Amino acid sequence: MESSASVQEARQSIREEVRRLCQDFPDTYWQDVDKHEKYPQEFVSALTESGYLAALIPEEYGGAGLGITEASIILEEINRSGGNSAVCHAQMYTMGTLLRHGSDEQKSRYLPAIAQGKLRLQAFAVTEPNAGSETTRIETRAVRKGDRYIVNGQKIFISRAHYSDLMLLLARTTPYEELKDKTQGLSVFLVDMREVKKGLDIQPLDIMVNHHTTTVFFEDMEIPVESRIGEEGKGFRYIIDGWNAERILVASESIGDGRWFIDRASKYATNRVVFGKPIGTNQGIQFPIAKAYAHVEAADLMRFTAAAKFDRSEKCGAEANMAKLLASEAAWEAADVCMSTYGGYGFARDYDIERKFRETRLLVAAPVSNNMVLAFLGQNVLGMPKSY
Amino acid sequence: MKIISCMKPVPDPASRLIINETKTWIKDQDLTFVASEADNYALEEGLRLKEKHGGEVIVLSMGGEEAARVLRSGLAMGADRAIHLLDPKFKGADEFAAAATLAKAIEKDGGADLVLAGVQSDDLGTGMTGTMMAEFLGWVHATVVVGVEAAAGGKSLKARRELEGGINETVELPAPAVLTIQFGINQPRYASLKGIMAAKKKNFKVWTAADLGLADDAVGKAGAMYEVKEILIPEKKSKVEILGGTAEEATAALVEKLRKEAKVI
Repeated sequence: MESSASVQEARQSIREEVRRLCQDFPDTYWQDVDKHEKYPQEFVSALTESGYLAALIPEEYGGAGLGITEASIILEEINRSGGNSAVCHAQMYTMGTLLRHGSDEQKSRYLPAIAQGKLRLQAFAVTEPNAGSETTRIETRAVRKGDRYIVNGQKIFISRAHYSDLMLLLARTTPYEELKDKTQGLSVFLVDMREVKKGLDIQPLDIMVNHHTTTVFFEDMEIPVESRIGEEGKGFRYIIDGWNAERILVASESIGDGRWFIDRASKYATNRVVFGKPIGTNQGIQFPIAKAYAHVEAADLMRFTAAAKFDRSEKCGAEANMAKLLASEAAWEAADVCMSTYGGYGFARDYDIERKFRETRLLVAAPVSNNMVLAFLGQNVLGMPKSY
Repeated sequence: MKIISCMKPVPDPASRLIINETKTWIKDQDLTFVASEADNYALEEGLRLKEKHGGEVIVLSMGGEEAARVLRSGLAMGADRAIHLLDPKFKGADEFAAAATLAKAIEKDGGADLVLAGVQSDDLGTGMTGTMMAEFLGWVHATVVVGVEAAAGGKSLKARRELEGGINETVELPAPAVLTIQFGINQPRYASLKGIMAAKKKNFKVWTAADLGLADDAVGKAGAMYEVKEILIPEKKSKVEILGGTAEEATAALVEKLRKEAKVI
């Protein structure tokens, strides 16, 4: 077994090397990408070629075989450097479902190509217009017909579907009314969008952040039976297995954002002189920054607690949810404080605060609303009665 | 080819630098250190020469934990092994003492065909350590190198140097030699995730002053040729002057001031 010093050293190296890579993609790069709603192709390629997006892929399939702790450090550093890891994080979020429940054939077919960057798995299709937080209510149907499934329905807020080769799709294989256990009846499919001949229509959705978000329409889209992951009807279970990983990773991105805002705010408060002294000498400016900093650092502890439990394969639902809650709120607090510190300049696009401000706000609401996190804690951890 | 690439740890350029109490250096206890930028160009050049001609690349650094970190970064980029010169006695070295210590380490490792270093460091920027190291080793050297070719199995080197006024010159040197590498000679590679994991298993030697057979007064502050009396932040001055008169008069006055006072034209 590796010594903990050597593990810590490697984690520190990952942090430093990702930071070094990100330095080549400064504010101006992300501003340009944001302004013109471009996909940051150069950045994603650099990250992929250096193997960072294959952190979670086992070594036997060409990845690094690392844990969620290392993956979370990678995403944190991207956001910490001013970048936006949302452009590629779905590959890490979705990996768990494929790794834990995919067949050997599926894994050996796709994972080596994903690890090499020849194939992208960055689209994750769960949410629907009539089913957001209540996932068991999704309506998109996949009906088996011989060796194919015929898919009909609609998904919304599906990011980067245009920039991904593969899509992880949750669809209903048994009608809701026929189910006793409402968490059954859903199945997960790994859709190879390159091979879909017809019935798949991806339409851009104009939103506040540059996430290349889309609405995806399925109209008699045919996919082979082999694209189903695991057993039919067990998809909801497979998807929620990945949710803890997702929450830990979102927490890490939030922590990266939070640190970025604190950095910018404290530097600006130190250098900006008004009435003959730096504005940061005023406690009205200084204390909120210090407080937001403390909150970000506290959230970071919960992130590492959750990640360590996840990597030891222990139950970590409570910690993963708390990390997501605390980190996204701390990041949003830091964003707000930074905006206040910059005053009018915070709104000027050149200062780049407003871009991050928009991006970090999303993490309070997605991929799970913080109210749902509170409901989980209240009901599943503290045993209080269910509110819905 | 056996190539030794020197890496100096310097504060991360994004750090906020604060002068210490004695005003002789910055407060560096809590800073994050990275490899000096030009040293990354040097290492990349070394890795490319190895890829072309075979052999090994060794990264060499002097300092505390910060030096170990830049060496791990060098290993992650692809160097084969590392030598860390670690001893409290090395602290406070100037270019002369540093060059003497690095040269001894190179000798102890059995010499090399080529030693590379950045043209200058990001912190002191004097550009002297590389040439002094060559002198201690008794080797030839070339500075401000913007292109390297090896011939005769690494026994001979062709280096293109940058001169003033946009002119380059090409010099031929017999190996072993020391080259100091100019910024921008190449595009240093990123360390890959696999490179980081592989670095953990690579040979990492740690040598003290005693291991190098160096006397206490030859290393660190005791071996230095100069002492820093004070470091300071240049005073910032700003002045506004409105030039009166007609446009022609103001223009003439402005040109006069730019020429005689500001001395920029």
